[in-house]
Amino acid sequence: MQRYTWKTGILEAVMILTAIIFFIPLYVLIVTSLKEPNDPTGSLALPAKFTLQNFADAWNQGHLGNALGNSAIVTICSVVVLIVFSSLAAYPLARITRTWSKLAFFGFLIGLLLPFQLALIPLYQTMRDLHLLGTVWALVLFYAGLQMPFSIFLYTSFLRALPIEYEEAAAIDGAGLLTTFWRILFPLLRPITGTVAILNVITIWNDFLTPLLYLSGSGQQTVPVAIYAFVGQYVSQWNLVFAGLIISIFPILLVYFLLQKTVIQGFASGLKG
Amino acid sequence: MALDRPVRRRKGGIDLNHRRGLWLFLVPAAAIYIFIVLYPSIQGAALSFTDWNGLDPVKNFIGFDNYVKLFHDPKALASVWHTLIIAFTITIVQNLVGLLLALGVNSKIKSRNVLRVVFFAPAVITPVATGYLWQNLLGQKGAVNEFFGFFGIPPVTWLGNQSTAIWAICVVIIWQFAGYSMVIFLANLQGIPQEVIEASMVDGAGPIRRFWSIIRPELAPSLTINLMLSIIGGLKIFDQVWVMTGGGPGGSTETMSTFLYKNAFQFGDFAYGIAIAVVLAILVGIISGGQFVILGRQNRGSK
Repeated sequence: MQRYTWKTGILEAVMILTAIIFFIPLYVLIVTSLKEPNDPTGSLALPAKFTLQNFADAWNQGHLGNALGNSAIVTICSVVVLIVFSSLAAYPLARITRTWSKLAFFGFLIGLLLPFQLALIPLYQTMRDLHLLGTVWALVLFYAGLQMPFSIFLYTSFLRALPIEYEEAAAIDGAGLLTTFWRILFPLLRPITGTVAILNVITIWNDFLTPLLYLSGSGQQTVPVAIYAFVGQYVSQWNLVFAGLIISIFPILLVYFLLQKTVIQGFASGLKG
Repeated sequence: MALDRPVRRRKGGIDLNHRRGLWLFLVPAAAIYIFIVLYPSIQGAALSFTDWNGLDPVKNFIGFDNYVKLFHDPKALASVWHTLIIAFTITIVQNLVGLLLALGVNSKIKSRNVLRVVFFAPAVITPVATGYLWQNLLGQKGAVNEFFGFFGIPPVTWLGNQSTAIWAICVVIIWQFAGYSMVIFLANLQGIPQEVIEASMVDGAGPIRRFWSIIRPELAPSLTINLMLSIIGGLKIFDQVWVMTGGGPGGSTETMSTFLYKNAFQFGDFAYGIAIAVVLAILVGIISGGQFVILGRQNRGSK
């Protein structure tokens, strides 16, 4: 193994400095939210007087509670649907070697290339006809479809690298397909399920354009749309706005910090395929 | 449930090709995918040949008129150009930064685990939020000007200036997603057997030579994924642009996504908006398909 030399020390210093530069924007976000509106200090300085009033005001004026609830419902429901359906679909896609299976896999991959704006507009009308427009269920359905190709891609790649012996043993024991899948395969898929879950949570929680269109005028909002409306209303009251931004990104950052090992290692399992 | 038929053996294993009913597992995923993505996309492509305004049921077939209009519309062409600038800039810079960060945190430095978490953190934050954050940072009295002020550089309204706005947006996107590229490169770097690297050190290869001849060829899988993700992400970019500049000043940051949004939902010209989306889809297909072919060829050549 390489040892820790003076060169490593220099590298360490450079990397830490880079990390500090990376972190400055978030530092400004935090200190600004803690300042009073008439705080005389520059944007890089600590507050002259600390206050938490901005957070209380942002919470009350930004309708963030409702938006956080909606975002949570949409994100959790979509991700559960995605995990169940895409892992199920990956089973035949990974194990059946016939032409139709390859074609189906290719058909799903096309979805990675299509810009979602293309489907967004015609689908808007379909959702309206189904009376789903303005409800969170339109979003759940939308994300389940939109993120399906990516999730299937990750699951199928992972499953292809998984030895087939477990399934054989289960089949010889007389287990049915669904039992084999649920009891044997799904637990083995856990690392990639973590990756699929976290990447979809990030994408869905953060999406802006879809809820902006599909929920507009309904009084329902998700977090990014609530923030957009909030900033539009309190433009240039940065202390208040930044407190709102912090409230809105807090849940996703919390999930990230709690699961950071899974997130970062998850890519390794996603990449193996 | 018993097996439908005796287990067929081929190369000592069961042959799942002959397990009846396995295809049923595909049905739920395929149904949602077709309903949400495939069918509406085809519908969209068809609507781009009409004059549909999004409200009336009346649609007249007008052939390629929307596309002809697009290719004669200086604003549309400018939006294509800006989209390409952003996509290529972030693809190159974001992946270069991401690779350097990955090499840095894959070393023996003590802070590597903390740094990985810090560099990836911006990638999980809502782009709408980072957009507003940076709008403030890049403002006349923002932190960026304050920082440059220490070195006597006069303040610039980065987002209000036609010549700087698009580059400022690129910086924001790179700041946000360099950590994403890093994590993908890192996963790949950690998969390279340590013996290979140690053997090259015994042979006396320096760090640069070691990177170029030992590590670089091994990075092909992560490079393919990273380039693909950043090109597609760059071509479709909407949130950050919409929040920070709304396409301005003077249309200098109008991308295809903001332009199609304005046409479809603000000007009520749905069919024209969809035509732009079709062109965007074709662009994404050509560029990422081309990249896939080129990289695939190189990967085979390097091994």
